[in-house]
Amino acid sequence: MDNHRTDGLKFSGLRQGMRARVVSVCAHCPDVRRLVEMGLTEGTEFRVVKVAPLGDPVEIEVRGYRLCLRKGEVAGIEIEQVEAAR
Amino acid sequence: MSHCHPATVEESSETALVGLVGNPNAGKTTVFNSLTGSFQKVGNYPGVTVEKVTGAADIGGHKVALIDVPGLYSLEAASEDERVALDVIEGRVRDMRSPDLLVYVMDASNLERNLYLFTHLAEARYPLVVALTMTDMLESEGARVDTRRMSDMLGVDVVPIVGHRGRGVRQLREAIDRNLKSPKRAERDFGFPVALEKRVEELCEQLALAGLDYPTSEVRQALLGGRSDVIRRVEEMPRLREAFEAAKADLETEGPLRPGLEAGTRYDWAAMVQKAVVRRTRPPKRLSPTDRLDWILTHRVFGLAVFLAIMYLVFQSIYTFALPVMDAVQWTFGRLSDLVSPALAGSPVIQSAVVDGLIAGLSAMMIFLPQILILFFFITLLEGTGYLARAAFLMDRLLGWCGLNGRAFIPLLSSFACAIPGVMAARVIPDPKSRLATILIAPLMSCSARLPIYLLLIGAFVEPQFGAAWAGFALFAMHLLGLLVAIPIVFVLNRGLIRGKSLPFVLELPPFQWPKWRDVWRTMFLRGKVFVKIAGTIIVAMSILIWALLYFPRPAGETAIYESQYATLPAEAREKVTQENFVQRRQIENSYLGRFGKTIEPVFRPAGFDWRLSTAILAAFPAREVVVPSLGIIFSLGGDVDQHSGDLRQALSEATWPDGRPLVTPWTAVGLMVFFALCCQCMGTLATVRRETNSWKWPLFMFAYMTALAYLAAVGINQLGRLVG
Repeated sequence: MDNHRTDGLKFSGLRQGMRARVVSVCAHCPDVRRLVEMGLTEGTEFRVVKVAPLGDPVEIEVRGYRLCLRKGEVAGIEIEQVEAAR
Repeated sequence: MSHCHPATVEESSETALVGLVGNPNAGKTTVFNSLTGSFQKVGNYPGVTVEKVTGAADIGGHKVALIDVPGLYSLEAASEDERVALDVIEGRVRDMRSPDLLVYVMDASNLERNLYLFTHLAEARYPLVVALTMTDMLESEGARVDTRRMSDMLGVDVVPIVGHRGRGVRQLREAIDRNLKSPKRAERDFGFPVALEKRVEELCEQLALAGLDYPTSEVRQALLGGRSDVIRRVEEMPRLREAFEAAKADLETEGPLRPGLEAGTRYDWAAMVQKAVVRRTRPPKRLSPTDRLDWILTHRVFGLAVFLAIMYLVFQSIYTFALPVMDAVQWTFGRLSDLVSPALAGSPVIQSAVVDGLIAGLSAMMIFLPQILILFFFITLLEGTGYLARAAFLMDRLLGWCGLNGRAFIPLLSSFACAIPGVMAARVIPDPKSRLATILIAPLMSCSARLPIYLLLIGAFVEPQFGAAWAGFALFAMHLLGLLVAIPIVFVLNRGLIRGKSLPFVLELPPFQWPKWRDVWRTMFLRGKVFVKIAGTIIVAMSILIWALLYFPRPAGETAIYESQYATLPAEAREKVTQENFVQRRQIENSYLGRFGKTIEPVFRPAGFDWRLSTAILAAFPAREVVVPSLGIIFSLGGDVDQHSGDLRQALSEATWPDGRPLVTPWTAVGLMVFFALCCQCMGTLATVRRETNSWKWPLFMFAYMTALAYLAAVGINQLGRLVG
């Protein structure tokens, strides 16, 4: 995990259409396991489909399905932006 | 179709038991419905709020018991649903053995994540058959699943099924039959490093020798340094701890141990399988139909507009459109009373018990059915098409900050019509903590049964003095009150009273689908049945009890005494009150409930209520809609007055205390309205909460907190009024 550089991207900084990647997942945070089970494993890329009209939650497309997460409840997951390839 | 008794899960020791498992949203209910037809039974698992749905299916000429296991994402048992699901799978539920076969319902349009749970089920060596749903949707998007290839890779039978069209149902039955006779061995190699697997196996054996039976996945997780129960247990046993440390050290020579490897490897395998079995028949469109619909339905302007329109329709249909049906129900029971009444005229007690107790109770129960059925029609429709998830997405911020959930919108809104369907609707909320909080505040929303008392009091005390504008405002304020009070209550509930941790909010937005009408009708029917069976029984029993309290004691010749009392009244008093109304009033005054009202008058006096108002309040505890007729009887106007009755308004504004002070001041009137707004005067709601939470604890708590709140508010308002003058 030490060889990863993060650009300090937070879930609250996600905007519609952005692509991001899970850099690392906190192993001991209680709430993170559910998110990992939902497919947010280390290295997984996802796309931000939409931010809800009231600013939260965020809808992402990960592993071919749509998942909504509250910005404040994903603290155990570190993400980085993926430079758009297309 | 044979019409014999459905086999229950409990009774059948020789009947095979098949469990239906799957991720939430995978289409389990549709598969269950197409296998069982109408042979279904709904109950509760012991001690929890999770519903137990069982049925029977005809498999290869034999009856097979089927259990619809609650949806789950993994075998970690993070939520209450998942805990129960795991208990069912592993045979830990009372009076139930573990299923002989699991049908794993898998969503073809969401294969990767559905395969993740497959790896867990396969590793735990459950006998499995896969039922692959949503293949029709995948096809419409230009892709299909090579089920033969998939079956080879998973090691088990994979049966594509489009349940609501009946496609694949026969094949699934056959596969179940085959696998009950000789189950297949599911794939168990998901690509974990060989060295790791060797260590895991060794440690599992050592743990087993020490009497600790842990699944391999748990041991692997512990070895990789993740959160696990194993670590804690091993700490107590030096020899095992050493073995663990040695295994870790050995593995670390190959590189650092990453806890993420556990889920990561499974998902890598899932992605590999998905890639191998899904064939595209044409390139995907840039925007799927779901994308197009979502552009509107979750749009910041249009999305909210559509949301409001749909909610308005739902609300109107239970608030307004249900009325004619409810009137018809009432009319039917009225006719029934008229029919039965003369036949029982020989015995006034039995006549009154049957008409005012039993039939009134049945009517009070059936009156809620139209609203329940209509609401569940919409809920199943919205849930099944995928819209409910969008509504939750839109509303989550609005409700999430105080510990509720975006989905709480529907139960809370419904509660403005009636809390009974509202409480039942709270089952759309998956998180049990949030669901309980929603149930506990739902009855604070001002339901339609409170409207008559508002209209009566506003008409008598607000409008004449302050005008129509203030009257309108008062009515609006009364409806807002419950909502405003509910917010701090949710805060308090979430900060202490409701135990258990809430899980992080995860909300799937499934692709949009056409409604599956069979599922809609079945859910409506099931909800109606559940209500009548459990809540209905309590409502009828309570109705008979309250009838008795209002009827007894009725000594022989009592009526004659009241009639002679009436004869001695001065002529002008007799002109105002008919003999029948006078007798009725004396009877209620002398009943156990009336006596109780007099006894506790001192309790209500700080709120400015005398024995008459107190008795009306007491009589309204089973159902608040009786308060206006009760007031009618108590003020000698008879029981058929309504909220627009000028006589009742006049009687209330002319009523005085024995010392001549007016009984109801504008302050008392407001206090009385607030009392009715906050008080839990509805046994139907309490019975429904009992059913939905599977315990008496929460309905009792609800009753206590709402009643206390109502009382304190009424006292506060009256005392304030006295200070201000």
